[in-house]
Amino acid sequence: MSAEGGTTAYIQHHLTNFTVCADSAKVDGVCTGFWTLHLDTLLVSGVLGLLVFGFMALMARRATSGVPGNGQNFVEMVVGMVDQQVRDTFHGKSELVTPLAITIFVWVFVMNAMDLVPVDFLPEAAKKVTGNEHLAFKFVPTTDPNLTFAMSITVFFIMIWMNLKVKGFGGWLHEILSAPFGLKLAPVNLIFRIVEDIAKPISLALRLFGNMYAGEMVFILIALLGLWQLPLALPWELFHVLIITLQAFVFMMLTIVYMSMAAESH
Amino acid sequence: MNINATLIGQAIWFAVFIWMTMKFIWPYLQRAMANRQAQIAEGLAAAERGKNEQELAAKRSAEALREAKVKAAELIAQAERRAQQIVEEAKGGAKVEADKVIAGAQAEIDQEVERAKQQLRERVAELAVAGAEKILRKEINAAAHGEMLVALKQEL
Repeated sequence: MSAEGGTTAYIQHHLTNFTVCADSAKVDGVCTGFWTLHLDTLLVSGVLGLLVFGFMALMARRATSGVPGNGQNFVEMVVGMVDQQVRDTFHGKSELVTPLAITIFVWVFVMNAMDLVPVDFLPEAAKKVTGNEHLAFKFVPTTDPNLTFAMSITVFFIMIWMNLKVKGFGGWLHEILSAPFGLKLAPVNLIFRIVEDIAKPISLALRLFGNMYAGEMVFILIALLGLWQLPLALPWELFHVLIITLQAFVFMMLTIVYMSMAAESH
Repeated sequence: MNINATLIGQAIWFAVFIWMTMKFIWPYLQRAMANRQAQIAEGLAAAERGKNEQELAAKRSAEALREAKVKAAELIAQAERRAQQIVEEAKGGAKVEADKVIAGAQAEIDQEVERAKQQLRERVAELAVAGAEKILRKEINAAAHGEMLVALKQEL
């Protein structure tokens, strides 16, 4: 932890993204407006994704149906677990749902896992590498709502696509207007359905964001405690191992459930 | 918490990774796992089959052993019977041979006896003559037979 600027500045610095935008969008040197990019989120999530999915693709490409090696075994364990969840929950036939669930679980997990690196290690390293003492760089992409919303909105669109594919436009429209109270109460049904469907991506995104943001916050606060952080950081770290796995699992599981709801005709 | 264009970038990343998983990861792993499952199932079935076959073979071998024992016993009995038969036959042969030998000896003895009798018969006259000579020599004296001799002389 760096003492300069006091506690508030320390915390704020840790919660600031590394942003880029056009010069015209800057107000007092700070990016505003929609056309701003959080480079840290984009870079960390992209690099982590490329690494982990590249590794998995390598393992998959080398996969044998004979005795698997350690890497293949590990990848198969993860993939098999996700596949089992999909089989248990999703009863339709789709080439998309299992890969989608695998992507969500693995990606969210590795991004969440960045939270386990002590809060100052990577930002300080980034400062050293870039030589910029005031560089703000958030290393846990899932604490950025842009990422969680991007994922949940993508899931939302896939859900709509699944609805259309399985039920057709007419069938979907009929379901929207008739469930759960029957066609006579179509407007009520429609409002219910809109609330229900809009709530899905919002709850998905905010749940993940909130959990990771709060967890990160607790790490930052623990890091402020001086020597006391030594006995405190470890239990929270261990507890956090559970949280990051659970959050990745919940995001995956809910996605599967939404997909299965979309694929089920009433 | 400010939503901005990062959202679009992240959605692109997400799509890219879904595509990667769908294209390069899941199909291969699914195939490998399904194949392994099939192989394991096959292996288990083969093991089961092997076990059955082994049991069957054990049963068959026990059967064969029993049959062999029965056959061996049969063979031994047959051999014993045959041996007895051979012994009997040998006994019979020996008896016939012995009878033959005995008969031959008997015939020879009879022949010998016959020959001895023949020889005796041939010598009976001689003995009778010799006996008669001895008797005559004792009986004859000049006084008693002088007359007969004289008569003989007369006749001549």
